[in-house]
Amino acid sequence: MRYDLFIAGFGGQGALLAGNLLSYAAIIEGKNVSFFPSYGVEKRGGAAMCTVVIADGDVGSPVIGNPSVTIILNQTSLDKFGAKVKPGGVCIVNTSLVNLEAFERSDIEIIRVPMNDIAMELGDARMVNMVAVGVYAAKTGAVSLATLEEALKSALPERNHKFIPSNMKAIKAGTEFAARKSS
Amino acid sequence: MEDVLTKRLFVKGNEAVAMAAIEAGCRYYFGYPITPQSDIPEYLSRELPHLNGEFIQAESEVASINMLLGASATGVRAMTSSSSPGISLKQEGISYMAGSELPGVIVNVSRSGPGLGGIDASQSDYFQAVKGGGHGGYHIVVLAPASVQEMYDLTMLAFDLADIYRMPVMVLADSVVGQMKEPLVPNSRPATDLPAKEWAVRGKGDGEQRVVKSLFLGDGELEAHNWKLHDKYQDLKARECRWEAFQTDDADLLVAAFGSTARIAKTAIMMAREEGLKVGLLRPITLFPFPEQTFLDVTARTKKVLVIELNTGQMVEDVRLAVARDAEVGFYGRPPGAGSLPTPEELLEQIKKNY
Repeated sequence: MRYDLFIAGFGGQGALLAGNLLSYAAIIEGKNVSFFPSYGVEKRGGAAMCTVVIADGDVGSPVIGNPSVTIILNQTSLDKFGAKVKPGGVCIVNTSLVNLEAFERSDIEIIRVPMNDIAMELGDARMVNMVAVGVYAAKTGAVSLATLEEALKSALPERNHKFIPSNMKAIKAGTEFAARKSS
Repeated sequence: MEDVLTKRLFVKGNEAVAMAAIEAGCRYYFGYPITPQSDIPEYLSRELPHLNGEFIQAESEVASINMLLGASATGVRAMTSSSSPGISLKQEGISYMAGSELPGVIVNVSRSGPGLGGIDASQSDYFQAVKGGGHGGYHIVVLAPASVQEMYDLTMLAFDLADIYRMPVMVLADSVVGQMKEPLVPNSRPATDLPAKEWAVRGKGDGEQRVVKSLFLGDGELEAHNWKLHDKYQDLKARECRWEAFQTDDADLLVAAFGSTARIAKTAIMMAREEGLKVGLLRPITLFPFPEQTFLDVTARTKKVLVIELNTGQMVEDVRLAVARDAEVGFYGRPPGAGSLPTPEELLEQIKKNY
């Protein structure tokens, strides 16, 4: 199998950490992966994007023109990259911050997730990226929940390992949201 | 699960270069910061002091290449790294190292465009690397990694080739392979029979005097020296060419690309294959020595070639010289624009045009 994913948001939303986490999980599952980041010069607020390609065999290109799955965390990213989602592909959108009214794509599946609201309900606005990871994992099956938990140990610096349970809670909230959506 | 991660690390390409240098026994690094290679000196500045090594941030690129020359003349393994404009500054020193037959590893995580240019990934330094960027008609070995694993493995190989052939070796990368993260198996140093460095200078001693120099004034001395260098380049062409051939056996169209562009091309080829187009990839891993014979062999059967580069046409010249006489060589390339890399979809379109 081969999964390609593009994540876009602004600096501080955790797009890169989400990509890193999925990559570590893929490695634990014995798969090949490439993680290609690109970001603005700003530490916070600038554009932050990454492409993650997970494959059983050769990963091939680390950049993808029309990704099968795109995670959109903010409005600018939708305006810029919404048109690039592969026809028949999936777009996971953070509807807490993104207005989809002007977005006209009937050839893709749009999964509307109020990520900031879900994160706030869990008590931590910083968990937006983890909610997105949960939705992605449930939707695609690219990596399992168990390996994501294991992967958090590598993706987070040791001083932040105390946050692993709260990150897992957000990931699970994402998977449960996706399950409710599809049932 | 812990075990899996210890066998396969997840690191940036630039970090892989630094890790490989340490594993290869390099304990001396001289450099000057420049994007997008700065992860290499950052890593080595942290690690080399613990290994009884020396990390020196020199006052300039010119100083750092001359420090590399000096360290190498004593027989130790040493390295410098930089990005395009910095590599230009090092050319005089590289020419002196080539003339003095000194090993040494130079890493270029290249930028785009002439002058200060930009920090985007680009392959515009092919000519400079392969044709001898400095004066005097020399060559250096040029290795072009296309993955994080190859950043590691080819850096390791660079040190061995430098010692075996007594010449500078360049790892020519770009910000895609430098900045992306992939799984890495940190192989241990391969057991290679390396020649003793009987030429290395050792200070005032009782033994025979050893001199490392690139100045040859005696009657016929310089001509003989240049023939010796020439023979070395022929040996390299005969023995050290490396390449990756992907689905070339039945190909009607051969795509030739190196480094990160070859990765993008490979996915485009997989997409073309899904549509029933017989396309293969030939990826030179050594840009010098260029795998001429392989291009000749493959084009004995496959008559259409498409060279793809992230520049306006450099390696394509070497491909044209190498292929069978009746092969048609097309080209697609562009300088990177506003940070955008070509996508597999864009290359697929070119494949269809040239098929």
